[in-house]
Amino acid sequence: MADIAFLLLIFFLVSTTMDVDTGIYKKLPPIPETDQPDEEVKVKKRNVLAILVNRNDELLVNGELLDISQLREKTKEFILNPNNSEELPEKQVKTVPYFGDVMVSKGLVSLQNDRGTSYEMYIRVQDELAIAARELKDEKAMSKWGKVYSELDKEQQDAVKKYVPMAISEAEPKNVGGKR
Amino acid sequence: MSKFKKGGSKETPEISTASLPDIVFMLLFFFMVSTTMRDVELNVSYVQPQAKELTKLEKKDLVSNIHVGVPLRKYQKTFGTESRIQLNDQFATVDDIQSFIASEREARKEELRNKLTTSLKVDRYTKMGIIVDIKQELRKASALKLNYSALQGAEEN
Repeated sequence: MADIAFLLLIFFLVSTTMDVDTGIYKKLPPIPETDQPDEEVKVKKRNVLAILVNRNDELLVNGELLDISQLREKTKEFILNPNNSEELPEKQVKTVPYFGDVMVSKGLVSLQNDRGTSYEMYIRVQDELAIAARELKDEKAMSKWGKVYSELDKEQQDAVKKYVPMAISEAEPKNVGGKR
Repeated sequence: MSKFKKGGSKETPEISTASLPDIVFMLLFFFMVSTTMRDVELNVSYVQPQAKELTKLEKKDLVSNIHVGVPLRKYQKTFGTESRIQLNDQFATVDDIQSFIASEREARKEELRNKLTTSLKVDRYTKMGIIVDIKQELRKASALKLNYSALQGAEEN
């Protein structure tokens, strides 16, 4: 009995792994249908946070050279626009459940990398954006319910998501800075 | 007088092994529940990048993996030292991705097919060019659920 059990035990020890897969989850945009004409969506310049990453892994955010550690604050400021500055995105009155009529930012984050950008840098930028989005949501959830975003129920989460939208659009990569 | 002194052998008795199967079975069940089957043997080596805002991938049977990394030593003569794509057990090119996704779909039950997630396991020093090509292919194959595999990094602040 014990022999058989030992045999099975050793088989499972050898053939299985224990690691859990973790990662950053993303949804890709579907390919636009070909028969539809390409409609260029016009977005005002102030509503776009353009993040460019070149092949030396340097960041250019709205024309300004930035370190990766500053990106989070920059993104949060961009979405919130606390002083209603002319440079930062416009806001729009929207009715959000639980919150009522609120000013919602029209901001859009646009991300573009070079083909020579390293994957590590790309993940770091994605990560910083994700953290910024999470912190904004947590802030709103905290002031309304006194809980962090992840502890809210589904409807509340949807409401918060509407209040602080985080739209990231990834442009097709270009060969900025030449070939290697 | 000596009531407690019993004559006879001084040898220690054998430990009973009657409960050994129980213990081993308990261990066996623990490992069966807490582990998953190893998937393919890797031909490329990669160090995943670190990130902080991670989600756990659940339902491992609904995940198909694409490995991108530097070929192992023994393959470097034929495949070089630049990052390569590995699908299943073999090296592949970007063009093979659509058929790979199709066969992955084929292997799943019909009602689960649209829930398939693709997990990209990529070496941190890979250039984005190859990733972008993979993403384009995935979009063409309409496998839109994507997971950039990363490890939990240390919190700085």
